[in-house]
Amino acid sequence: MLRLDRAHGRTTFRTGRLSGVVRPRMIMVGLVMLVVVAVPFCYGMTIGSFPISLPSVVSAVFGAGEPGPVYIVRELRLPRAVVGLLAGLAFGMSGAIFQTVTRNPLASPDIVGINAGAAAAAVAGITLGFGSSAVLGVLGGLGAGLLVYLLSWRRGTTGYRFILVGVGVWAMCTSITDFLMAKAQIFEAQRAMGWLVGSLDDRDWSAVQPLMIALVVLTPAALVLGRWMRLLQLGDEVATGLGTPVRVAHLALLVTGVGMATFATGATGPIMFVALVGPQIAQRLCGMAWPPLVVSGLTGSAVVLSADVLSRVILPSASLPVGVVTGALGAPVLLWLLTRR
Amino acid sequence: MGTDDALTTRRGPALRALGLLAAVAVLAVLCLLSVWLGSKEIPVTAVWDVLWHNDGSADAVVIHSVRIPRTLLGLAVGAALGLAGALMQALTRNPLAEPGLLGISAGAGFAIVFAIAVLGVTSLYSYIWFAFAGALAASIVVYLLGNRGRTEASPVRLALAGVAVTALLTSFTSALVLTDPVALNRYRFWSAGSLAGPVSGSLVRVLPFLLVGMVLALASAPALNSMALGDDTATALGRRLGLVRLQGVMAVTLLTGAAVAVAGPIMFIGLVIPHVARFITGPDHRWLLPYSMVLAPCLLLAADIVGRLVTRPAETQVGIVVSLLGAPFFIALVRRRRRMAEL
Repeated sequence: MLRLDRAHGRTTFRTGRLSGVVRPRMIMVGLVMLVVVAVPFCYGMTIGSFPISLPSVVSAVFGAGEPGPVYIVRELRLPRAVVGLLAGLAFGMSGAIFQTVTRNPLASPDIVGINAGAAAAAVAGITLGFGSSAVLGVLGGLGAGLLVYLLSWRRGTTGYRFILVGVGVWAMCTSITDFLMAKAQIFEAQRAMGWLVGSLDDRDWSAVQPLMIALVVLTPAALVLGRWMRLLQLGDEVATGLGTPVRVAHLALLVTGVGMATFATGATGPIMFVALVGPQIAQRLCGMAWPPLVVSGLTGSAVVLSADVLSRVILPSASLPVGVVTGALGAPVLLWLLTRR
Repeated sequence: MGTDDALTTRRGPALRALGLLAAVAVLAVLCLLSVWLGSKEIPVTAVWDVLWHNDGSADAVVIHSVRIPRTLLGLAVGAALGLAGALMQALTRNPLAEPGLLGISAGAGFAIVFAIAVLGVTSLYSYIWFAFAGALAASIVVYLLGNRGRTEASPVRLALAGVAVTALLTSFTSALVLTDPVALNRYRFWSAGSLAGPVSGSLVRVLPFLLVGMVLALASAPALNSMALGDDTATALGRRLGLVRLQGVMAVTLLTGAAVAVAGPIMFIGLVIPHVARFITGPDHRWLLPYSMVLAPCLLLAADIVGRLVTRPAETQVGIVVSLLGAPFFIALVRRRRRMAEL
């Protein structure tokens, strides 16, 4: 039984025990963002050294048509697009979680050392010649996240201590990466540099699988925890006063955010800036006081997929990694949003 | 604020002046150690003799043309980065602020890579000027963007503008570096940060900028104290916020631009040192800035010495050692300080 009420200029809904505020603008932005995601997702599968028309792509996705295009779409381009979509979603949502819990727009997995830990582990693998960078990336990111959490734990952890410890861990991981890069041979250094900026090149279904599983588990968790996120946004004291189990909420949210960022990094390398800029853009577009979870994720996907398509259109031969373009693409949007008001 | 008041009253000016003197003494000892220790072993008595009489021997050449300039460079760069960090944290009211945040390091880095990869610049002398111009341009852009509109530059807007410009420039830098192996080869050493300056005269060239920056920074301390009380209170106290911020941003640009140009982006020192200084002095910027200025070169010189000794005869870049030494210390500090969140 759905009931809608209007009071104080807001529409609220209630169905059984669930209730909430209807935000028409957020829903609109979310729908528009879905389209913004869908366009580069589909267009990206049509371009490449072997152009395929959109109808052929659609039929090839379902296995119909000539074997050549079917193979190219199903084994090469579809996984690439799906990795981009999922990684953007994961980075965006993880950024939204971090920024809400720490109440700092600068707090994103890039800054608290999660991506740096993943990068250090992967670069160690590349330059010293062991392991696969995807697995090492996941392990390194989880390790860094765990380290930050344990070191900032002192009768509970506050948002600020978490960030500051995270910055410390970030600095250590970055300096280890720098050390490895400076000692490495030029060929390995170049390969490591390519991984360090994040890339969607040569991603197949084996890259999709772990990220997909992580998102299937973590997204519902994040949505359920969303209620706590909004309360934590008011500050720890107010949240406690309103009956939020603040410590449990922090732990659960941060574990969710670290998990998302880590698996995304494992699949694509540390695509910088998406986790920071996605939520900030979404928040400003929706006109809200905190980053909305799902719209942040969609914005992240939009940034990653558009960046990937853009890099392939502008420089088809050079295969510019997507991580280079996300900064070039997301930064002006953020700057424009900053100057608009 | 309660703890801060307690800190201020508990530590009188005499005690804090004494502390500053002690820090200067530690710095002097580190300077001597930096001249003494290095990949070539020179007995300490010989160091002392040669220090005052440049007799032209091999040891004298090492000391006078390598180690003394390097030590002076460490002093200047360290002081500049420490001051700039303290200033930025006050201006943005963000304890995470550091010179890298305002896009200054990224601007310098991009300018250098641009000079190497596009303009084909090979002379090490020219790097400095490109780095300086890049740093200056980036911070002007950030300030203008953060300050656009009718409202004054708010801390969060300034920081976000800095992060956005950093991301943009870093992307361009990566794009250039990835397509040009020669540029990558030079960039990866410069970007690790080092005091083993490629040019012996580089310090002299940037010294005027550093001195102006230091004067501007130290002069802004009383205004920063008012601003710590909030924009409205500071205005009520007669501070012109726009001017104070402009002065601060100019000082930060001059200091970090010059430091980054000669030593590469030495991260973390501008972030960690103001926190250490604040731990000793409390929130009064009239003490905080001088303390940061003395403590930062201590960390930098110590890290440089360690970097020279651990992988002798090769060297580990000082930027790497600073992070490896500074980060655990910083984490320990954060864990000890219960009220860190309110700083």
